[in-house]
Amino acid sequence: MSKPARKRLLSAHPAALVGLTGLTALTLAACGGGDSSSAGSDGAADAIAVAATDDACDVASSDLEAGVHQFTVTNTGSKVTEFYVYADGDRVMGEVENIAPGVARELRVELPAGDYETACKPGMVGDGIRTALTVTGEAATLDEDQTLAQAGTDYQRYVQSQTGALVEQTTAFVDAVKAGDIEGAKALFPVARTYWERIEPVAESFGDLDPIIDGREGDQAEGEDFTGFHRIEKALWETGDVSDMGPYADELLTNVEQVATQADEVTLDPLQLANGAKALLDEIATGKITGEEDRYSHTDLWDFAANLEGSEAAVQALRPYLEEADPELVGEIDERFAATEAELEQHRAGDGWQSYDQLTEDQLRGLSDSITALTESVSQVASVVAGK
Amino acid sequence: MSTDGLSRRRFFGLAGAGTAGVLAAGAAGGVIGRATAEEPAAGAAAAATDAVPFTGAHQAGIVTPAQDRLHFVAFDVITDDRAELVEVLQAWTAAARRMTAGQDAGEVGAVDGGQYDVPDDTGEALGLPASGLTLTVGFGPTLFETTEGVDRFGLAARRPEPLTELPGFPGDAIDPAISGGDLCVQACANDPQVAVHAVRNLVRLGAGVVSVRWSQLGFGRTSSTSSAQATPRNLFGFKDGTDNLKAEAPKALDQFVWVADGDPGADWLAGGSYVVTRRIRMRIEPWDTSTLAEQEATIGRTKKAGAPLGQRGEFDPVDFTTQVDGEFAVPQTSHVFLAHPTNSGTAILRRGYSFVDGSDGLGRLDAGLFFIAYQRDPGTGFVQVQKNLRLDAMNEYIQHTSSAVFACPPGVTGSDDWWGRALFS
Repeated sequence: MSKPARKRLLSAHPAALVGLTGLTALTLAACGGGDSSSAGSDGAADAIAVAATDDACDVASSDLEAGVHQFTVTNTGSKVTEFYVYADGDRVMGEVENIAPGVARELRVELPAGDYETACKPGMVGDGIRTALTVTGEAATLDEDQTLAQAGTDYQRYVQSQTGALVEQTTAFVDAVKAGDIEGAKALFPVARTYWERIEPVAESFGDLDPIIDGREGDQAEGEDFTGFHRIEKALWETGDVSDMGPYADELLTNVEQVATQADEVTLDPLQLANGAKALLDEIATGKITGEEDRYSHTDLWDFAANLEGSEAAVQALRPYLEEADPELVGEIDERFAATEAELEQHRAGDGWQSYDQLTEDQLRGLSDSITALTESVSQVASVVAGK
Repeated sequence: MSTDGLSRRRFFGLAGAGTAGVLAAGAAGGVIGRATAEEPAAGAAAAATDAVPFTGAHQAGIVTPAQDRLHFVAFDVITDDRAELVEVLQAWTAAARRMTAGQDAGEVGAVDGGQYDVPDDTGEALGLPASGLTLTVGFGPTLFETTEGVDRFGLAARRPEPLTELPGFPGDAIDPAISGGDLCVQACANDPQVAVHAVRNLVRLGAGVVSVRWSQLGFGRTSSTSSAQATPRNLFGFKDGTDNLKAEAPKALDQFVWVADGDPGADWLAGGSYVVTRRIRMRIEPWDTSTLAEQEATIGRTKKAGAPLGQRGEFDPVDFTTQVDGEFAVPQTSHVFLAHPTNSGTAILRRGYSFVDGSDGLGRLDAGLFFIAYQRDPGTGFVQVQKNLRLDAMNEYIQHTSSAVFACPPGVTGSDDWWGRALFS
């Protein structure tokens, strides 16, 4: 994608980008209001500076006391970056997405005693630049029920980070469409969809919103209009004329904001998480491997990557429980996520992915085989969780 | 894959094996259906619904009286990890023991697990009897060494010399996408749903280790492999397999089908055989518009009785010296003349099935014979026969579109034995 376009478009909405603390605030700003009930009221003990560039990620502290911490990530590089705090197995403890060059963003995260890694991802790709982070102090010991309950909370935090970025990027996309900026809109289309695809099972749980945001042409009941991402995708890639897309763009943003608001209220139970992790892999198998999802833009591999990341996030939220209940399964799932990611990684193109129509039958089969195997493993998570 | 992953699959595999062993030890009796299978009768299935014994010196599904339906599947192995591959073969053996006895693929079954468990059997064979199911495994040349010469599993030195890709033949139109393979499983049954169920569940068990390369459904056996069976007709409308090698001729089987001590690879393959598969498309429409005389002269037999031309009964000996009006009764370009052991100098055990894979987009049936043949050595078996068919009049009406060869190990014996144990040990 073209970065200047994104930078310019994002800068039109400074409120969504800077000067806000933490994910909750970000979501609030993006949604234009709502409930504020989480980390904002907790006192952070500190403000840990993170200096992010295109090739470095300097975290001011590598040893912390257990508790709530606030990281301030300043991006002085030329690429958009992300910042993560990972627990074992890359379980996301906290993250900020879309830190544009020249921008500072804050992350508030509660860290129990343990070993962690921080990561910056310049260009938003790959494993990122990792640094070890050790947290000492009183380690909370959770029983099984608490561990499972925590999974829902952890995943909700992930969903909120994604819906925040979804609203931001959809706003930028919609603005580009309405400004008639074809190339800018084309570049933003798969980026905005990434945040949608990562949390698709959650979004799909709002039954009436999914079809009007993400419905494909021909899926509408008689008398219903074809709307949402794919309507605009068709205009961008088929005709190159978006002059009549304004109302569709506005409606898309309204609906996406609605998803973000509703998602804030949703906490998935462990079984829903397990099923969601598998459902995301099924999305890949049925819609992305086949090139059906983004049939005009052929940006299916972006969605593939996003579904995969979303599935992994859901599994990782359950990880503390699974490691106790079925460590063998965790080992197998880890291997198969890694194998699938390695298969996908062969198709990286710059900061994004190869066009679907460039993939050979053999390459698609490699992707399909890895997803099939991964799905067999992830499908067993529900049984482990239910067997508690 | 880590040992963690290995032991997980072992859970589904070997645990199943133990249970199957217990079940197989039950009292002999009539096989009623899933979850009630009992020890199969010692000989061949007496009724179409009966179970065929899974264990024995040779694999079932070769001289077993040919069942009516086929699902043949070839796999690519997609791991380089020998232990993973072994684990799948063990899991497959356990599932095959169960399914051939009319049981579910896994020890829990399709519907007896927890509400949130993924069932270890897919369920479409619930309530169906064993249906004579046989599952026959084979190892392709590329398992031992890839076409790039890579020895992924430390097996290159154990490849028997006869196990090599078949040579090209005149008129071949081989599609590589439906040819070859590292492994194969031939599933035959008298109920197509039972055969498909077996393949489907083996595919699931192999996820992440093997990937289906191609598969072929077949209906209507085109050969009889026992003298107790009537000779069926193939899609040309002719009886096929009249002079096939049969289960009742053990000396001929020893000579032409079973790998013997002293043969290449006998250390693991003795008692096994080689299978050659060829998808032979029939040019149905030109055939159907040819005269009866042309059809009979092409085959070398009468269409009605299947008698060799110049003879009366199907099992009358083929006499290549008989002349009618100064011409050989069985034309020297007929299929029977060229393929018959008398003139090819060898014999193979044919076990093919008819197929119709829809139509070809030009309004013509995509149909023919999925040819399967077992032999002691492909070089002196199928290849020798096929070389002799260069001038076969039938070539005008057929085209070979796929080709594969696999070495099929001997039968599984004890309750802890598994497919390929001798090869991998």
